Amino acid sequence: MNTQELARKIRIDAVHMTSRGGSSHVGAILSMADIVAVLYGSVMNIDPADPRKADRDRFLLSKGHAGAGVYAALAEVGFFPVENLRTHYQDGSKLSGHVSHKGIPGVEFSTGSLGHGLPVGTGMAYSAKLRGAGHRVFVLLGDGECDEGSNWESILFAAHHQLDNLVAIVDFNKIQSLASVSETLALEPFADKWRSFGWHVEEVDGHDHAKLRERLETSAPGKPTCVLAHTTKGKGVSFMEDSVLWHYRSPQGEELAAALQELKEVA
Amino acid sequence: MRDEFIERLTRMAEADPRIVLITGDLGFGVLDDFRERFPKQFINAGVAEQSMTGLATGLALEGHVVFTYSIANFVFMRCLEQIRNDAAYHDCNVNVVSIGGGFSYGALGISHHATEDLAIMRSLPGLTVVAPGDKWEAAEATEALATQPGTSFLRLDKSAAENTQQPGEQFELGKIRQLREGDDCTLVATGGILGEALAAAEELKSKGCHCRVLSVHTLKPLDVEVLVRAARETGGLLTIEEHTVEGGLGSAVAENLMEAGVMPRHFQRIGLRNTFSSVVGSQQYLRSQYGMDRAAIVAAVEAMPSTKVAIAA
Repeated sequence: MNTQELARKIRIDAVHMTSRGGSSHVGAILSMADIVAVLYGSVMNIDPADPRKADRDRFLLSKGHAGAGVYAALAEVGFFPVENLRTHYQDGSKLSGHVSHKGIPGVEFSTGSLGHGLPVGTGMAYSAKLRGAGHRVFVLLGDGECDEGSNWESILFAAHHQLDNLVAIVDFNKIQSLASVSETLALEPFADKWRSFGWHVEEVDGHDHAKLRERLETSAPGKPTCVLAHTTKGKGVSFMEDSVLWHYRSPQGEELAAALQELKEVA
Repeated sequence: MRDEFIERLTRMAEADPRIVLITGDLGFGVLDDFRERFPKQFINAGVAEQSMTGLATGLALEGHVVFTYSIANFVFMRCLEQIRNDAAYHDCNVNVVSIGGGFSYGALGISHHATEDLAIMRSLPGLTVVAPGDKWEAAEATEALATQPGTSFLRLDKSAAENTQQPGEQFELGKIRQLREGDDCTLVATGGILGEALAAAEELKSKGCHCRVLSVHTLKPLDVEVLVRAARETGGLLTIEEHTVEGGLGSAVAENLMEAGVMPRHFQRIGLRNTFSSVVGSQQYLRSQYGMDRAAIVAAVEAMPSTKVAIAA
């Protein structure tokens, strides 16, 4: 499956999952769907038949509220049956609203509280360096999540220890929980902040698969890489795009039908 | 206890390259030898406990056996969520080592008084919570915690009881050690304050009161059987902890005895009662201020209805 098709499936799965569960965060999932599709469909060395193989690339979703998008990606590339996605958010399911590793092949790390993924990914990257292992560690963060101080502790640490096997990707859609990032706690000049902390920074259109692939495969010797992926929250469903509302609202009825219609029409 | 911890960890690191020690920029003069001998097994995370604990989890997920190290509350309180969500939920072999339990850093003020740690750590699912009473227990616990899977909390006190190891005795996590025989009452202690309990028992013996003394080095999982026996066989139980009485040793003992359907003839918790200490003083001074030193323990035992008889006789 090419990454465009994978992204489309992740979006459709996510709309179904958040509708069925009456759950939030569909906008956050649509925002990162292309990034996740390019990682799982092209960039990362992973094997659904051997989810724990030693030389796999590691992926940690730090913005755990978008976990349905990772479950969808894992199912679509073959880590577990796509039908299992129907249990998301339901009583007795293993697929919780925030991503959890328990009983889910392919999920590296459970999150939900923001600011946890990067420190742990830093530990994994440090371990790979210690052991001379060649795999890479990808951590996907939200932009609002960058308010958390724990990230900045790890940003210092990873640069100091020259963890060039670590890639932090920021899903930079400029909207956080209650309002825009610029109205909440301004991050700009965001790229300069990462650079000044000693990171190599790549800025990219977070919906352009060819460019994402190129940037995610880039590394700079002796420096961890930050990929600032400029995205649109709710990408792919016109009425969800750039809207705080769809951080929370669950698509139902006519909205569900309209969303699916738009996503299915994508070539 | 700190020296015994690092001495044992150094030996372990030599034999096992998986061992990694991460400090939150503390341990001046104490960790130098370890750092020089095992540079690949030593990390200074900087003054950044959240990052330190996440880092520890990442390393543990890759198969390392990790110890995080800082003083008093710093090693667990700000980064409690990392201990809970990251290390414990992922069943990681991360061992959180707090240097300076209770009033160890008494004169430094309340920021440095670790007096709620046991209650907080005990509430986390799956954690092993250990507060050694003497240096031997501290060294043995260090090794035992690394050997078992899962996350742990190790509280190391500045004070320690005199070495209590019996000839040939093997240390076992989760097993209460009975250090003195006696049926008049039982002194149940955790941490370095065990020394006060043993001193009190000696003084009470000279007054004709024979106290059983138990070292509860492992607060979780708790060795309930030994406590049940003590409740049945002796005149009462006195729990002794350099810690709030809410949620720590006293609570753990009471909860478990109630559930076992055993009511001691007398029960009293010695510890801090809903107080932050703003008094300045050494560990010994603060123990005396807050009624948890030898003299306070002796007085509490003498006031127990069941022991009055023993002492009078």
